[in-house]
Amino acid sequence: MPQDIAINGDNAIALAWKQIDPDVCAAYPITPQTIIVEKFAEYVANAEVTTEFVCVESEHSALTLCTSSASAGARTFTATASQGLAYMWEMLPITAAMRVPLIMAVANRAVSGPININNDHGDAMAARDCGWLMLFSENVQEAYDMSIIAPRIAEHHEVQLPCMVNLDGFVLTHAIERMTMLDTQAVKEFVGEHKPLYPLLDTKHPVSHGNMDGPDYYYPHKYQSVLAMQKALEVSQEVFDEFAKISGRQYKLVEEYRCDDAEYVAVVLGSSFGTMKATVDLLRDKGIKIGCAMPRVYRPWPAEALAKMMAGKKAVVVFDKHLSIGSYGPMFPEIVAAASDLDKLPKMYNVIYGLGGADATVAGFEKSLKAVVDGKAEKIHYLGVRL
Amino acid sequence: MVMASISDLVVGGRIVKPGNSQQFNTGDWRTYVPVVDQDKCIDCMSCWIYCPDDSIVFREGHMSGFKLTHCKGCGICSKVCPKDAITMREE
Repeated sequence: MPQDIAINGDNAIALAWKQIDPDVCAAYPITPQTIIVEKFAEYVANAEVTTEFVCVESEHSALTLCTSSASAGARTFTATASQGLAYMWEMLPITAAMRVPLIMAVANRAVSGPININNDHGDAMAARDCGWLMLFSENVQEAYDMSIIAPRIAEHHEVQLPCMVNLDGFVLTHAIERMTMLDTQAVKEFVGEHKPLYPLLDTKHPVSHGNMDGPDYYYPHKYQSVLAMQKALEVSQEVFDEFAKISGRQYKLVEEYRCDDAEYVAVVLGSSFGTMKATVDLLRDKGIKIGCAMPRVYRPWPAEALAKMMAGKKAVVVFDKHLSIGSYGPMFPEIVAAASDLDKLPKMYNVIYGLGGADATVAGFEKSLKAVVDGKAEKIHYLGVRL
Repeated sequence: MVMASISDLVVGGRIVKPGNSQQFNTGDWRTYVPVVDQDKCIDCMSCWIYCPDDSIVFREGHMSGFKLTHCKGCGICSKVCPKDAITMREE
């Protein structure tokens, strides 16, 4: 029976993986992810899972080992954050290009420097072009749910891509929230048996992984990943729908809140979606027709669903928890691109907020959105920075 | 060489049929081709030893020419020949 528990985001992810009971886990500790593998190592030590747990000397080794074990055909998971993800970077595109469906929790944290351990999306955004599937969660419940959903999308035979499950560092990883955990049997049945394609350990059918490609094959293989990402959009929604049947929680490629009759829409990613919903309620009470949205799936980018959501709006305000210095926030140009097919382009604004753990508050969001409604907003607004 | 179409390619560049490197015609890269002057050749086998692509053909103890499928025209055979019997010519 589903059961309500109090748990923080990291432990919720460890719990999901305990229920899944993967074949292999290798990880290196880094704040704010550490609790995930610490807790999971405890499950391994207590024989509550059958997972082979490998202690490695770095994140680079962690992802190399996980990629290899996933190639061998094992259901594999790992977790990291910030500098750890940065250290994995060399392996990230290789894992994706080898088309192995391993799962990695990313406890989103600012990338140094200046040295900072707090939450923003700098780590995930620097990794977004590596060919991984990327799911984002608003709260602890969603971090748990996405961990159960991720293998189903990643391991789908027409997808076969690694997947990052993102949750905001500290805001979710270390905050205890109420969450409904599913029955372990229900999780096992939902996730199902892993049936890898062309595993290395299938010695009756010898196969070589991670080969070199000349230009004649490199580009076509990249294009195959494009097709897999397109398929992943369809598969994600199917898996979300199926998950709703066992959990009662329905997820969508793009989560919308009070968007239908809205004239203004704020787009935001991760835990700030909850803050934004509260801001929307506040502004609605003041008579402003506003809604908010969050791309649940960041890769593949749900451009069509976003365009549909933005159609007919007066203005779209994109809140980015990262900044491509010298340009915009990373999500802003992608939202503009998604809107570019609309007959009438809404006014587009970018708000940068929450860098290095700076406060993301209802008051701050309200101020930024009021400026847009009053026609006083700048194209790009650095919310909360001391001038 | 016929290139596999997207739908025929195994994803991830996995090689599921062993030994297919033999089908990779690296001789395509060649600009210069080795030519042997049999009157000068003394069948010392230096070219056979040094060739990185196994492109020198010996039959019954005699250097009988080149197998050009994998010859990239590097010219090592010509360089190591003690009798200057091998010259490189533009193809």
